[in-house]
Amino acid sequence: MNVGLPEAIAAEQGIVLYVDGVTVSFDGFKALNNLSYTVRTGEMYAVIGPNGAGKTTMMDVVTGKTRPDSGQVYFKQVHDLTRLDEAAIANLGIGRKFQKPTVFENHTVMENLELALKSKRGPFASLFFRLTPERADRIDEVLTTIGLTGQRQAMAGTLSHGQKQWLEIGMLLIQEPELLFLDEPVAGMTDAETEQTSELLRQIAGKHSVVVVEHDMAFVRALDVKVTVLHEGSVLAEGSLDHVQNDEKVIEVYLGR
Amino acid sequence: MTAASRPSGYVPLLMRLDRGGMVLLSVLAAAAIAVPALNLLMPPDSPFHVPTYLVSLWGKYLCFALLAVSVDLVWGYCGILSLGHGAFFALGGYAMGMHLMRQIGDRGVYGDPILPDFMVFLDWDQLPWYWHGFDSFAFAALMVLLVPGTLAFVFGWLAFRSRVTGVYFSIISQAMTYALLLAFFRNDMGFGGNNGLTDFKDILGFDLQADGTRAALFVASAIALAGGYLICRLMVTSKFGRVLMAIRDGESRTRFLGYRVEMYKLLVWTVSAMMAGVAGALYVPQVGIINPGEFSPANSIEIIVWVAVGGRGTLYGAALGGVLVNYGKTYFTGAAPEIWLFLLGGLFIAVTLLLPKGIVGTLSQWWQGRRGFGLRKRARPAVPASEGGAAE
Repeated sequence: MNVGLPEAIAAEQGIVLYVDGVTVSFDGFKALNNLSYTVRTGEMYAVIGPNGAGKTTMMDVVTGKTRPDSGQVYFKQVHDLTRLDEAAIANLGIGRKFQKPTVFENHTVMENLELALKSKRGPFASLFFRLTPERADRIDEVLTTIGLTGQRQAMAGTLSHGQKQWLEIGMLLIQEPELLFLDEPVAGMTDAETEQTSELLRQIAGKHSVVVVEHDMAFVRALDVKVTVLHEGSVLAEGSLDHVQNDEKVIEVYLGR
Repeated sequence: MTAASRPSGYVPLLMRLDRGGMVLLSVLAAAAIAVPALNLLMPPDSPFHVPTYLVSLWGKYLCFALLAVSVDLVWGYCGILSLGHGAFFALGGYAMGMHLMRQIGDRGVYGDPILPDFMVFLDWDQLPWYWHGFDSFAFAALMVLLVPGTLAFVFGWLAFRSRVTGVYFSIISQAMTYALLLAFFRNDMGFGGNNGLTDFKDILGFDLQADGTRAALFVASAIALAGGYLICRLMVTSKFGRVLMAIRDGESRTRFLGYRVEMYKLLVWTVSAMMAGVAGALYVPQVGIINPGEFSPANSIEIIVWVAVGGRGTLYGAALGGVLVNYGKTYFTGAAPEIWLFLLGGLFIAVTLLLPKGIVGTLSQWWQGRRGFGLRKRARPAVPASEGGAAE
């Protein structure tokens, strides 16, 4: 599968995601305009930007929902993501959490995790799937991490908003992805829930590469990670939160209004 | 947590049955023994005698119940609303009908040793190639599964891969059965045109008019329904079933978990079509005719009504709906021949308005209400209250 990635990039170690010159337009509107960025192994990033800056489209391109008009997207330097569908990309190890919590409300918490558990995804494999002790232990482990051990048999639809968000993060963890995209993980959460979530994300970082798309500045500050500011489909500024907050262009388009 | 309280380890078949499934299988077993016994062993003047026409009528209901279960498998569990399942039923019926035609031999009206009557009538001088092989029961039985299965596979492959879903899928499934209706009406298709296939004499060497044969067909229908139910139950209680329900509730979300949604749909769709084919194959010898009317879109829509009346997403509810609605049809046509269609239509409207979860859903709700609330333990709604709970 080793296809033409520029050698300079291929030689550089530790890059899990490489996005170069990606353009996506919908009816003439450029949702992404020559967007380029890289994600390094085991690091966490925050992406901010005003509405329509292309944050969601950026995730759609990487997770296979949208095909770019031009540009390159490589995962772990060999997988050309522009040629793969959602399922194939998910199986390569890229997980995604949606803005609205999208757990399966008519399945129990346990069944939600079982669906997400890393295992063969084919229909016949599912027909003969068995919950081995190792798999059950893995689910228990994640239940503990996300603090939902007591809700194991509850229907996911009965969980509170914050619990659903954690369940969804748990579903991502149990997929054992190498790269995680989180779309506004604390939207609609209480302060206490937000605090617990940033704690949870800090635990996750290090084992996985994480990209967090967020509006909540306090939360981004609490995460204390490198920030990328998107504007009109391309990167406007990069660096620490303090650095980008003092950037003239950023103040003009986003923070200053 | 003990291993026993974990829901998805290996579970023996019988333990996968819910209360309704147990009742269904018990009733079927009892009927499979009692109905033939009361028909064959009781003297005709006994009040306990079941006349043969009733045996075939109830056998027909069982075939419809199997058809309803096959629709519930795709609609209730995977959210695929098929408005063309009658096509698979009719194709299974035609495959069986072709075998029964070949069994007539030279006993037709024209007495031709090779050609069925309608071909003699059309001045055909030889059997079309696709009629060869149907002399053999085993070959015909294989075709009962393969013809609907293959059509479903090809149709599903094209539709699911192009991500045709929801109402668009329903419409093209309806178009599929309508196209087949028009094709089978044509005389030069070689399936008897609008008269279809009829005048059958015997099956496997047994006279089709004999009481014993009728009773055996009834038992076969009961066994097919029980078997079809168990296959569906095995599928929906496995992780495969939980993926199907995940697709029903949030197709796009399921893709992002790494599942190839189209493969799941294709498998369940094809299995369902084959079950519908078996139902059609058992239906034809009991009613004695198969004609293109079975492909009519209205028939396929009616199946949806059966499932909705019985209770979607429970399997046994669909079987109940298939039997009850058809019993109602028979009853109303006899009791009120002028207005039976209005009565039936009124019944459907009443069920939709008053029992939105179908008979079974309403009963189980009432049952749980009576046993007090707080039974949150795995009280899974048959079908989510709002469609697409996890959809983006």
